[in-house]
Amino acid sequence: MSTSSVIISDEQAPIGNGPILAVKNLGVEFNVDNEWVMAAEEVSYEIHPGEILAIVGESGSGKSMSSMALLGLLPRNGRSSGSAKMLGKELIGASQNTLRRVRGNEIAMIFQEPMTALNPVLTVGEQIREAVEQHTELSPAQAKKRAVELLRMVEIPEPERRYDSFPHQFSGGQRQRAMIAIALANDPMLLIADEPTTALDVTVQAEVLDLLRKLNKRLNSAVLLITHDMGVVADLADHVVVMERGRIVEAAPTAQLFAAPAEAYTQQLLGAVPHLGSKVGGVLTDVELVDGHLSIHREYAEAAIRAQETRAASGVVPALELTDVDIEYPGRFRQPAFKAVSGVSFTINPGEVLGLVGESGSGKSTIARAVTGLIKTAGGRVSIGGTDITALSARQLLPLRKKFAIVFQDPAASLNPRLSIGESIGEPLFLHEKPGRAELDKRVASLLEDVQLPVAFRNRYPHELSGGQRQRVGIARALSLRPDLLVADEPTSALDVSVQAKVLELLQELQRERGFACLFVSHDLAVVELLASHIAVLNKGILVEQGSTEQILKYPRDPYTRRLLAAAPVPDPAQQSLRRAQRSALMAAGAVD
Amino acid sequence: MSNHENPRDDSRASVELSEMTLQSQDTDIATAVPTRDQTDRIRTTEAKSQGRLIRERFFRHKGALAGIALLALIFILAFTSIGFAGIPGWWNKEYDVLADRFNEGKPTLTLWPFSLGEHPFGQDVLGRDYFALTMRGTQTSLIIAFIVGLVAMVIGTTVGAIAGYFRGWTEAFLMRITDVVITIPTVVIAAAVAGIVAQYGIIPFALFLGAVTWTGLARLVRGEFLSLREKEFVESAKSVGASSARIIFRHILPNTVGVIIVSTTLAISGAILLETALSYLGLGVTAPDTSLGKAINDNRSALTVRPWLFLWPGAFIIGIALAVNFIGDGLRDAFDPKQTRVKQ
Repeated sequence: MSTSSVIISDEQAPIGNGPILAVKNLGVEFNVDNEWVMAAEEVSYEIHPGEILAIVGESGSGKSMSSMALLGLLPRNGRSSGSAKMLGKELIGASQNTLRRVRGNEIAMIFQEPMTALNPVLTVGEQIREAVEQHTELSPAQAKKRAVELLRMVEIPEPERRYDSFPHQFSGGQRQRAMIAIALANDPMLLIADEPTTALDVTVQAEVLDLLRKLNKRLNSAVLLITHDMGVVADLADHVVVMERGRIVEAAPTAQLFAAPAEAYTQQLLGAVPHLGSKVGGVLTDVELVDGHLSIHREYAEAAIRAQETRAASGVVPALELTDVDIEYPGRFRQPAFKAVSGVSFTINPGEVLGLVGESGSGKSTIARAVTGLIKTAGGRVSIGGTDITALSARQLLPLRKKFAIVFQDPAASLNPRLSIGESIGEPLFLHEKPGRAELDKRVASLLEDVQLPVAFRNRYPHELSGGQRQRVGIARALSLRPDLLVADEPTSALDVSVQAKVLELLQELQRERGFACLFVSHDLAVVELLASHIAVLNKGILVEQGSTEQILKYPRDPYTRRLLAAAPVPDPAQQSLRRAQRSALMAAGAVD
Repeated sequence: MSNHENPRDDSRASVELSEMTLQSQDTDIATAVPTRDQTDRIRTTEAKSQGRLIRERFFRHKGALAGIALLALIFILAFTSIGFAGIPGWWNKEYDVLADRFNEGKPTLTLWPFSLGEHPFGQDVLGRDYFALTMRGTQTSLIIAFIVGLVAMVIGTTVGAIAGYFRGWTEAFLMRITDVVITIPTVVIAAAVAGIVAQYGIIPFALFLGAVTWTGLARLVRGEFLSLREKEFVESAKSVGASSARIIFRHILPNTVGVIIVSTTLAISGAILLETALSYLGLGVTAPDTSLGKAINDNRSALTVRPWLFLWPGAFIIGIALAVNFIGDGLRDAFDPKQTRVKQ
């Protein structure tokens, strides 16, 4: 069957040596309140057949908008200038008809959110077939055959059967694969992938990136990859264009850019990306590739475990201790209750930071909420400073709430839009210590200083602040009562890397200064490595492994931890290609296990 | 296009985002409007109370100010002219005194030179002074409308908030009651009850109308609560130990103010019409008392012959309804902190 799918590349007759897409001095502007605001200008680059070009930038850098302009998909108040030639055909200023033909036949797009991009009431197969029928003259039966072929090409298992599945029956990664299949239905010369893996877990992301790389080689088409993730760039791209505030800062081959970034902004951007293994010195060091086979040195792991055991016997009252905790979400009608977390135990000593790591659906946020008394546990004990909070009534829990606090993931949603920043920060103080107005004002002012925000911000409202500033406010609020335990639920995952770096630095500084214990929940191993002294790994509600950061990163025992570590992309192309080999060997070994 | 979910930048306004619906949420004022921001920073270092900020925003809303002025004018005119509750006003005629028709009952009001004349709004078929009658009607309609609005707002918000926040059987119970009230046509209840209630005066009549028109508000408020109670800032408040009452009143309710105010202003305008309909059926305000609706109904056949009998009360109904809606708009914007610097 694989031979028939080769037809796709055969149909694309040789296209000469010229670039597939040549963009020159592209500019994008938006009309805001009758003023033209620049979103991108003087953007120039070329993509050749078989090449993957990545456009990297933080939000607001114009990376998405400059690509939308190519397809004529700007919002109504936008306009574009300059030139973009697709196989010699000018796209900027072309008629809607021409553009529609180009969009249909030569350029395809993959979007970030695979759930919303597929129609939930049609089967996946039908949606692919529809795309095939729109662009070719095939009969319905042939189109269906082609759709099955496309599903096979994007490595969906049992494509004939899965053809009739609905989007909700696909996992997130499979949905993204289906989207890629739809995009490939018209044999595009150019595939624009706008943050194709941002919504996916790392292990799934690694698979989708593998697929994109393979397809790119096989179909000899070009890929324009838009992303903010330096790890993804290092993993996939041949050339990189770095954008900042609508302008190209630097353009270079990937290896060169990572090895020797020329511009200050690029250096800063690369410096801000947390690098997995940088603190403990490497990851998966007990795993070695010998002639393409995997060799695991067990002795390292065992030494590390012994160190772990001595720590447990130290005899201090832990700041947080979970013993066999089960958490269930109640079922409805005839559906049984869903067990989100089962039998989880770990401890955090005073002043220690524990990183709780897992992919989406692993129950890590659920644990964070149970620890802060927001949801009930179904079994086990949650002790904070030696008191079991599961048995307490809301009233008994109230005085204890001073001892712990939580920082949420989305700084936009975790602040009440109707309360000023000052009121939000002061609320815990107001509730627990009832200080006078002047005293409260003073405390709020000093908290704002602690998180390095101007005192004047107290009269502002959350919408007037940027994401990083909002998260600082969230931290100030959480620390207002000087808690012994801080629960941070993915506090930086909604932020740009450079902002994330600053917020993490602040968090580290405050932790050192005040010495609170911290449960740091994250999906990002590199971030956890920076902050945590210990790591616990969660998979589908079960704690698969825990230990010191060094032990977990260097000598992981559990196969899931190994997969997770191997899948996380590292912003270093040379290292990343080694890791890729390691990962595929690990997957092969895992399949044997 | 797909950058909505993406990391946001610390230091600059995102042009991509400002094009989207998120404009007011994600524009970083610090750099978008630098000069203004710097002056603000100096001016607003002192903590301002919520009330003061709301007042400031309200008084910047021109439509709302016009609405307030118009409504105040109507209030003052209606209550000082013919007096109220036994206190005599400056107008020398009573609304229920019959007299000979002067100049076929035509209005004597002239604007230039300004003169009220004997009967500024004319006289109705029975020779009653139509200015006094309209003023009396305006008083009645205003009282009814505002009581209905108030009662509907209080009951609707309470029921909706409790149902939406506590969920479970509380919600089931309250919403089934709401459904029952909705299913019974207002006119039918009114036919059974309003006639009796109206005999005791307009206030019991207004209270009764309020007690049957709160359902729409309750449903809207419940819907808002259902979505807001799942927001992280509510969890955040719970995690610091805020009580249910505090969460409802301090955190969720202020976020529903827009919905509540808009529905209340609609309820007020609706109440005027409902009262008109019921008075027409003889179930509302009864003679010799009058209301704007009743005045229109009494004279509905006069449109071609004596149009002023129709137009004066009509103008007052429109004036009141418009003013109330403008004030509602202004209040909604004033309660919304996002409006501060976006719209002036």
